[in-house]
Amino acid sequence: MWKFTVRRLLIMIPQIILLSIIIFVLAKMMPGDALSGLIDPNIDPERIEELRHMHGFYDPWHKQYADWVGGLMQGDLGKSFRFKMDVTELIGQRVVNSFWLSLATLIFTYLLAIPLGILSGRYNDSLLDQTITTYTYIGFATPLFIFALVMLWVFGFMVGWFPTSGSVTPGLEPGTFEYVLSKINHLILPSLSMALIATVNTVQYLRNDIVDTKQKDFILTARAKGAPESRVYNRHILRNSLLPIAAFFGFEITSLIGGSIFIENIFGYPGMGQLFLESILLRDFSVVTAVTLLFGIAAIVGALLSDIILSLVDPRIRIK
Amino acid sequence: MSDKLLEIKDLKTSFRIKDDYYAAVDNVHLTVNKNEVLAIVGESGCGKSALAFSVMGLHNRAKIEGNIYFKDQDIANLPPNKLNKLRGKDMGMIFQDPLTALNPLMIIGDQIGEALLLHNSELSKTQRKERVIELLNKVGIPRPEHVYEQFPHELSGGMRQRVVIAIAIANDPELLIADEPTTALDVTIQSQILDLINELKEDMDAGIILITHDLGVVAEMADRVAVMYAGQIVEVADVHTLFNEPLHPYTRSLFDSVPNKAEAKSKLHVIQGIVPSLQNLPREGCRFAPRIPWIDESVHEEHPSLHEVAPGHFVRCTCYKHFEFPGESSEEEEQHGVSRS
Repeated sequence: MWKFTVRRLLIMIPQIILLSIIIFVLAKMMPGDALSGLIDPNIDPERIEELRHMHGFYDPWHKQYADWVGGLMQGDLGKSFRFKMDVTELIGQRVVNSFWLSLATLIFTYLLAIPLGILSGRYNDSLLDQTITTYTYIGFATPLFIFALVMLWVFGFMVGWFPTSGSVTPGLEPGTFEYVLSKINHLILPSLSMALIATVNTVQYLRNDIVDTKQKDFILTARAKGAPESRVYNRHILRNSLLPIAAFFGFEITSLIGGSIFIENIFGYPGMGQLFLESILLRDFSVVTAVTLLFGIAAIVGALLSDIILSLVDPRIRIK
Repeated sequence: MSDKLLEIKDLKTSFRIKDDYYAAVDNVHLTVNKNEVLAIVGESGCGKSALAFSVMGLHNRAKIEGNIYFKDQDIANLPPNKLNKLRGKDMGMIFQDPLTALNPLMIIGDQIGEALLLHNSELSKTQRKERVIELLNKVGIPRPEHVYEQFPHELSGGMRQRVVIAIAIANDPELLIADEPTTALDVTIQSQILDLINELKEDMDAGIILITHDLGVVAEMADRVAVMYAGQIVEVADVHTLFNEPLHPYTRSLFDSVPNKAEAKSKLHVIQGIVPSLQNLPREGCRFAPRIPWIDESVHEEHPSLHEVAPGHFVRCTCYKHFEFPGESSEEEEQHGVSRS
C-alpha cells in the first residue's frame, strides 16, 4: 500500500513539471504583456522598452521559465498588476473560500447521488427509477450557468431565503458563531446549484453499475447462501458498485473547478473562479498563470486521490 | 435409497417476454432421493439451469407453477424469508463459472464464513474461522490459513471452484445442486473437481442434482439420468439403462453425436437444427419432431406425455418406437411408411 502511494506520488512530479511548462508557454504565447495595455499612454515608448528589459521580457525562454519556477518554489507567484499586491497574498484569501465552496458542493453532490443512484439501481425500471432518470437527463441537458441564474433568481430574489452575493455578511467578527453561520448561509445556494447539476453524472454511474452488478454471478452465490436481500445489497452489490464512484471522485474535482468559475461569478462569490475570469478580462497575466497552475495541480491531486481511494477499496489494484 | 428428498410435480417456469409468458421449463416431474446423484442432461438452452434455479428460488422475475416438495414442504413460490432459511443450509448450489461466482472484493474466508454466519449465528468468530479452515481442507485447498485471507483473483479457476463448493457444503446440505460445475474448467481440473464431488457425496449423504451436457461426466457420476429437451424431460432412467438402451430419439441422437473410441465411426451424427428459442418453442405436439423431419409426423403423440416403459424408465412421446437415424435403413423406413398408409 505504501509502496503504491509513494510511487503514485512520484508520478506527480513529472506531471506538475509538464503542467508548469505548458502553462508558461501558453502564457508567453498570448499577445501583449502587462506593459502594452493598461499603462499610461504618455510614457515614452523607449522607457517601456527599458522596463521590458528590466523585467526580463527579452531574456531567453528557459531563463524566464527558470526565474518563474524559482519564484514558485519560494511561494512567489508574481505580482498582480491590477491589485498591486503579491499574487500569493491575493490568492490566499480566495483559495480558502473556494475550498469551502468545493467541499460543500462535493458533500451535496454525494448526498444526492448515493441515495438516488441506489434507489434508481435497486428498483430499476420502476416509476421511481424513471423519475430519477428523467431528472438526470434534465440535469445533463441544463447548462450550469442558466440553472444557477434561475436558482439565484428564485431563492435569492423571489423567495429571499439566501443571500445573493458575497461569502459572508460584512461587519461580522471572524471566529464568532454568527460569522460561521453567515459563511454557511452564503455557501448553500451556490454549492447546491452546482451539486444539483454535477450530481447527475454520479447518479447515472451508480445506477448503471448497480443494475450491472445485480446480474453478476456472485450475487447468485450470495442468494444461494441464503443471504437476505438487504445483505445482498449492502454487502455484495453496493461495495462493488461504489468502486467506480470512488474512481470518479478525482474527475469530480476537476469538473468542480470548471463549474466554480461560472458559479462564483454568478453568485458574486469571492473565490478563485471569480478571480480567474476577472483577471483574464483585465489581462492580469501573473494571476491567470498562477490560478491556472493551481487549478491544474488540483486536478492532478484529484486524480491522485482517486487512485489512492481506489487502491484502498479495490483489492485487485493493491500492489504488493 | 428410495426415500424422497425432492419431488418436483408438474413444474412450469415461465418468463415474461414483452407481454407473453414463455415456459422455459414445462411439465417437469422429477424426484431426487437421498444419497443419489441425479444427472440432468441436455443441450445448452434446454432449461436445465432454469430448472435448478426454480428449485433454489433464484429466478428474479419468473412465474413458477406446479409444486416442488423438499422434505414434504412445498418450496415453489416460498416467500424469500422462508426460502433463505433453506438456501445455503439444506440446499446448496455450485455454480458454473468459478471466475465470476465469487465476490471480487471479499476475502475467501469471509465468503465461506458468510454461509455459516447466516445459518449458524451461535458460532463465535474464532469457531467460524476454524470451521472455514476445516472446509477449505475438506475441499482440498492447500495452505487454508493463507487462502483464508486471499481474494478470489489470487486463486486459480480450479481453486475458486473448490471455494464455491466449500460455500455450498458449508452447512452440510441435504440437497446439492451442481450446475455444470466443470464446464468452465480445463480437463485435468475437471476430473479433480468431479473426484472431489464424488468424495463429498460419500461422506455427506446428500442428494445431488448434477446438471451437465457432458455424457462422460454423467457416466462417471450419476445414479439416475434425466434427459431434458426444450424445457421438458424426455427420458428418465437409471444410468445403466440409459446408456445401454436409450429410447427417446433425442437421447439416442445425443449419444450418437459423441465420439466413441470403441467404434470409430467416420462421421458423427449431427442433430439437425438448433434448440428452439423460448419464443419459438413448438406449442403442441412432440417438441423434438422438427429436428427429426425424416420421421413421419403421425408417429408423434398429439399431447406427448411420459410413458413408463420399464420400472423407473420413462420416455416422452411414442415416436421412439419408430425412430431411426437417416441412412440406417432406408428401406425399413419406407416400409413403415407403406404399412402405416
